[in-house]
Formats: sequence, C-alpha cells, structure tokens
Amino acid sequence: MSEATVKKVDGITRESTQAMIDRTLQVYPEKAKAKRAPHLAPNDPQATSPCVKSNRKTVPGVMSARGCAYAGAKGVVWGPIRDMVHVSHGPVGCGYYSWGTRRNLMSGINGVSNFAMQMTSDFQEKDIVYGGDKKLAVLLKEVKDLFPLAKAISVLSECPVGLIGDDINAVAKRMSQELELPVIPCNCEGFRGVSQSLGHHISNDTIRDYVIETREFVEEAGPYDVALIGDYNIGGDVWSVKPLLEECGFNVKATWTGDGEIEKIAATHKVKLAIIHCYRSMNYMARVMEEKYGIPWIELNFFGPTKIRQSLRKLAERFDDRIKENVEKVIAKYDPIMQSVLDEYRPRLEGKKVMLYVGGLRPRHTVGAYEDLGMVVVGSGYEFAHGDDYERTSPEMPDATVLYDDASEYELEKFVQELKPDLVGSGIKEKYLFQKMGLPFRQMHSWDYSGPYHAYQGFPVFARDIDMAVNSPTWKLVKAPF
Amino acid sequence: MRQIAIYGKGGIGKSTTTQNTVAGLVSLGKKVMIVGCDPKADSTRLMLHAKAQNTVMDLIRERGTVEDLELSDVLKVGYGGVKCVESGGPEPGVGCAGRGVITAINFLESEGAYTPDLDYVFYDVLGDVVCGGFAMPIREGKAQEIYIVCSGEMMAMYAANNISKGILKYATSGKVRLGGLICNSRNTDCEADLIDALAKRLGTQMIHFVPRDNEVQRAELRRMTVIEYSPAHKQAQEYRELARKIAENKMFVVPKPLQMEELEGLLMEFGIIQDDDPNVGVAKAASA
Repeated sequence: MSEATVKKVDGITRESTQAMIDRTLQVYPEKAKAKRAPHLAPNDPQATSPCVKSNRKTVPGVMSARGCAYAGAKGVVWGPIRDMVHVSHGPVGCGYYSWGTRRNLMSGINGVSNFAMQMTSDFQEKDIVYGGDKKLAVLLKEVKDLFPLAKAISVLSECPVGLIGDDINAVAKRMSQELELPVIPCNCEGFRGVSQSLGHHISNDTIRDYVIETREFVEEAGPYDVALIGDYNIGGDVWSVKPLLEECGFNVKATWTGDGEIEKIAATHKVKLAIIHCYRSMNYMARVMEEKYGIPWIELNFFGPTKIRQSLRKLAERFDDRIKENVEKVIAKYDPIMQSVLDEYRPRLEGKKVMLYVGGLRPRHTVGAYEDLGMVVVGSGYEFAHGDDYERTSPEMPDATVLYDDASEYELEKFVQELKPDLVGSGIKEKYLFQKMGLPFRQMHSWDYSGPYHAYQGFPVFARDIDMAVNSPTWKLVKAPF
Repeated sequence: MRQIAIYGKGGIGKSTTTQNTVAGLVSLGKKVMIVGCDPKADSTRLMLHAKAQNTVMDLIRERGTVEDLELSDVLKVGYGGVKCVESGGPEPGVGCAGRGVITAINFLESEGAYTPDLDYVFYDVLGDVVCGGFAMPIREGKAQEIYIVCSGEMMAMYAANNISKGILKYATSGKVRLGGLICNSRNTDCEADLIDALAKRLGTQMIHFVPRDNEVQRAELRRMTVIEYSPAHKQAQEYRELARKIAENKMFVVPKPLQMEELEGLLMEFGIIQDDDPNVGVAKAASA
C-alpha cells in the first residue's frame, strides 16, 4: 500500500495511542500486564506482520467476551443449516442458550423444511456415570421419527461428552446406516482451544470428513456456478447478497451456512469459485476445496457501496466479458440509489467516531461502510481472531488507531473513555455498559433487531440504523441517577 | 465417628481386608458403615452374603434422577449390624465411574446416612487414585484416616507411594492423614521388613502384617468373612488384631512420598534387585 492511501485521524498518533494503552495496562498486576500488552497496539497500516498477538489463552480474571468451541460449532457453523436437526449432546444449558440467539435467519416452515429448534440429549447424572451413547442412539431414532423430512442430523458434543470419553463417532456411524440418514458427529467440546475459533475449525474439518462430496447437484454444472461461503444470513444478509450475485449473472449453488441446505453444501465441490465472507470461520474449507478440487476462492466485502463496487469488480475479473458487463450495469444501476442514501445520512454522520469490537470479519469489513457515511473508525478488535485476520485489518484501519485483541470489558471501557467515540459497535455483553455511559450503541454481531446490512439492499438499512443510534435525541435526555 | 478410607493397588485385597477388619471391629462392639466406592460393587459382599443388588447409581439410572431415590433403597444391614452401601457405576470403558462415587457420597450425605450412632465409616475405594471422583472419600469433611493395603510386590509398593502423593495433596488443604500400611502378604522375600521400611520412609507405620492363609479364600467362597466363617481360626485372630490396632491407632501423619529412585534404592537395600543388575540402569535411562 502506498503512503498516499494511509488514512490518518486528527489527534491520534502512534505515541498517543501507545500512551493510552500504557495507562490502561497500569492497573493490571505485572503478570497480567505482560500477557495483555502484546494484544494491544497502535495500528500500522503498512505492517508486514500482525500488529497484535492473538489466538492465545485469555488472561484469567479479566472479563473476556469470548465463547467456546461448542459455541463456534453450534452457533456459527452448524446452527444456520436449516434443513437438518442439530443435536446439542450433553446437559441442557448449552443447547438452550444457543437456541435462536444468533439471528441467522432461515426460510422454510419449522419442523418441515427448517428445524430451528432446540434438540438436546439433556444429560443427567446417570448419563455422565453410565455414558450417553445409548441415549444418543435413542434420540437419533426419535429425531428421524418426529422429523422425517430432516435431511441430516448433526451431533454437537458438549464438554462432558469429551470428559467421559463417549464415542459419538461410532454411534453416528452406526445410526447413519440404520436410519439411512447422514448423522454427522462434531467433537466440539467447549473446553477445547482458547475461543470459539477452534469450534469453527473442528466444524470445517467435520464438513470435510463427513459432508463434502457426498452429494451432487441435480442441475448441469455451468460456468457461473459459485458458492457463498462464511455468510450466516444474520438479519438476512444472504438474502441480500445472493440476489445481487444472481443479478450479476452468477448461479449461487450453495450458501455456507446461512439459510443453508446440507445437500447443496455437500455438492459444493462442483462449483467454479468460492466467495468467502467470513474468512476466520470458513477459510479452512475454502483451502480444502482449493487443494482437493481445484476450486479457487476469493474474499469479498459487501459492506457499503465503495467496498461492494470494489468486490464486484474484483469478482468480475475472474470471469468473462458477460459477467464484467453485467457487473458494470449493476453498479451503474445501484450507484444513484446509494448516492441518495449517502446524501440523506452522510451530512448527519460526517466526522463521527466509531469503535468496534466484534468477531469474524466485521472489525475490518464494516470499516468501509462507516467511511462511506463519513465516519471514522478509531479503534477495532476481535474476540477470537488469528494473525491473518489482523494482517487483513491493518490496511483497512487508519494509521495509529488502537487495535485490541480479546479485549476485556475494562480495556474497552477505558479506551472509550479516552477516545470518546460517538458510537460503539459490539455485542450484547458490551451493549449496556456503554449505553449506561450514555453512548449510542449498535450490536454488530446480530445487527440488533435489524438487518440486512450486506450489499445494496443492506446498506440503506445500515445507514438508517447508524443514524438512528448516533443522532437519537435519547442520549441528551438520559441522566444517570448516580 | 471415625471415617476411614482404604486404598491400594487393584487386586491387592482391599475389599477382603476391609470387610474382615470391619468384622473385627464388630466383635469389639463397634457400629460400622461400609461405603463401597467401586463400580464392581463387591465391597459389601461378605457382609451381606450376596452381591449388593441395588447400588446407588444403578437405582438412579433405573428411576431417572437422584431425587427419586430413598436411603432405604440402597442402605442394607449385614453381618453384625454393619450398614452397607455400594456406589455402583458403569461397566469398564464407558461413562465416568469417578462421578458415580461423587454422586453416591453426596446422596448419602444429603439423605442422612451418617447417623451419630456410627463409630466408623469405611470407604473401600477402587484401585489407585485415578481421578477427582476417587479422591472424593478423602476430601474435606469426609475420611480423615487412610490405610493403604499393599504387599512386598514392587507394583503394590509403587501404588502405595502414588496414593501417598494423592493424600499429600489433600493433607495440605484438609485434615486427611495416613494411618498406616496394611501388609496383605503375598509371601514375597523379606516382605514384612520391606513394608516396614517403606512405611518408615513414608513417615508412617506398618500397622499390621496379615499373613497369607487359604482360610480367607474358603470363607470368601461362602460369602463370609473369616471371623464369621471360622471364628476360632488363627486368621480370624489376625483380623481382630488389625481391627484392635486401628481402633487404638494414634499415629496419623502427612506422608512423605518417595522418588522413584528412592523406591528402587529400597528394593536394592533388601536385595530384591541387585545394584549390579544391568537392567536396572537400562530401565532408568529409558525412563529419563
């Protein structure tokens, strides 16, 4: 990246950011300070290696926002696949509290063509002591009896299953044959790894071992067959991106896994290109399909008109003139619509500052959308990213702005106090902290109760929501009672 | 009430020794409860003259939850008024037997099995201390006295030392103490002296040397302790003696476990292994 394109923010220098980090770290005991320090740094957009350390065990005692491997498997990768029943194997809580909490919208009719339900083996003491394998087999039979239209069943291990060494893989194998239905065991016990990230990886490996290549598409293969990978249809994002790609002339053969269908996922080895949104959670399978079936993959960003334009053109380069022409036509069609959105909201949002703390792809992918609205992202970070995510983040973020990995509530609070952003975009755990501070807040995991935010359909919604949050008169009326 | 846990290498004779000792305590007029902490559920067989039919875990499995269980369903009275309970648990290779022990003991506590009239509660625990579940009987507020059953065999001594390590862990945070080693003789060379020496190294005592006698097997075949089957036999007297020593024992220590080299050194000292035996060094080098 050339010097000219490095973004700057008034008043933020490497020194000022480092001083803020140092002040923040001051309260920690020596050991915790030494552990946390490498996870916080001023951004260097031209860095050749990640600015911060990541994917390490959370420091004990800090309030981390991370999830577990089970959360990564159930909530992120498997849960959105709509035409299969997902079994939370273990005590009831993991399944119950991951039920319908992620806003990965689904089409279809519940119990018929989608199964957005909480199915659990509900472990009791006796199941721990005697093992849960027999109960699992009975449960799988019941699932088939109750929901004969389900296309497959996933078995997602909770912690105790791994602790007592139940062999769910053997049960799945046997029951697959008996029920003549794919039963997919996923050994995603929550205690494995340092965050939900390992759950994504384990789930990708499970797709590799049990799903991919087990089905073929009914229709003839075509030159414009693509798959949308790592889009979980939060607030309907897939339903915005898929029609856009179709408008450009593509055949979106499968969506992974938002509003996903297992048989289409299983046949994805026959597409021509994998379009990946959430690199973190799905890069593993993108690489597998590249190595095993020679399917190239491309990482695209569909947040905000600038990035959408860039992404569509980047995508078109991989295809023939027909696609290239279509893409230009599509851009030309939507540009004026997007301009009218900008004309409406940008004057009210110009110069406003945002801080982000999310997962997956959003801490970098949404930066451009805020910038389209004239806003500045002054801090960003991930709950569970790896080095390659931060490498991709640095060029997107302005120079010297703070990057934070696996940030604690305390660190976020401190940074917000010092940077005084006009909006914080993060998750449910952070929401009330910042709202109590009198700050506008948007949930950037779930799009609050809104969405889609992706693509041309999503951007007007995004712009409206951000304007609504930042410019709401509410915050001027709120007076803390203390 | 004294709560006593019996540990030792698998197959060393913990259940047999425990029940015969308990029979000895009964002859001293003591009220005793035995809690079997082994999925095999054979810790009370000689008291009940039958294998316990209803273990805590088996009934929990049958009825659904622990709340569906009554104490009277699992607490049986056997020889000499001894109360008998078995934790029960899964067959080898499935589930978590350790959790079964925890569940069973929690159940006994909440249901008031530990009545004030009891003089002794004995926990007969499976094999080595393999996980937290099998350490349950020596956690805070439970057994404060431990006896390790061993013999002059190398692996039995190794296990005794290992168990001492487990006791040490809990001794530092609670009141559990080692009461002594019970040598259940296998007729190995210099057995009594060797176990006596091991006991001294661990900072404890060999509380009794139980000689090998086939009368034990004859009694066991009839699902009885020796004291019940042939009260006049000299082996019955040995168990009464062990019971008396335990009843009168005042020596409770925090054990000082040995290093592997020290244990081997002890065996050399007694001529069990020769220091010029080329295999000794080889084994050590391989394990290093």
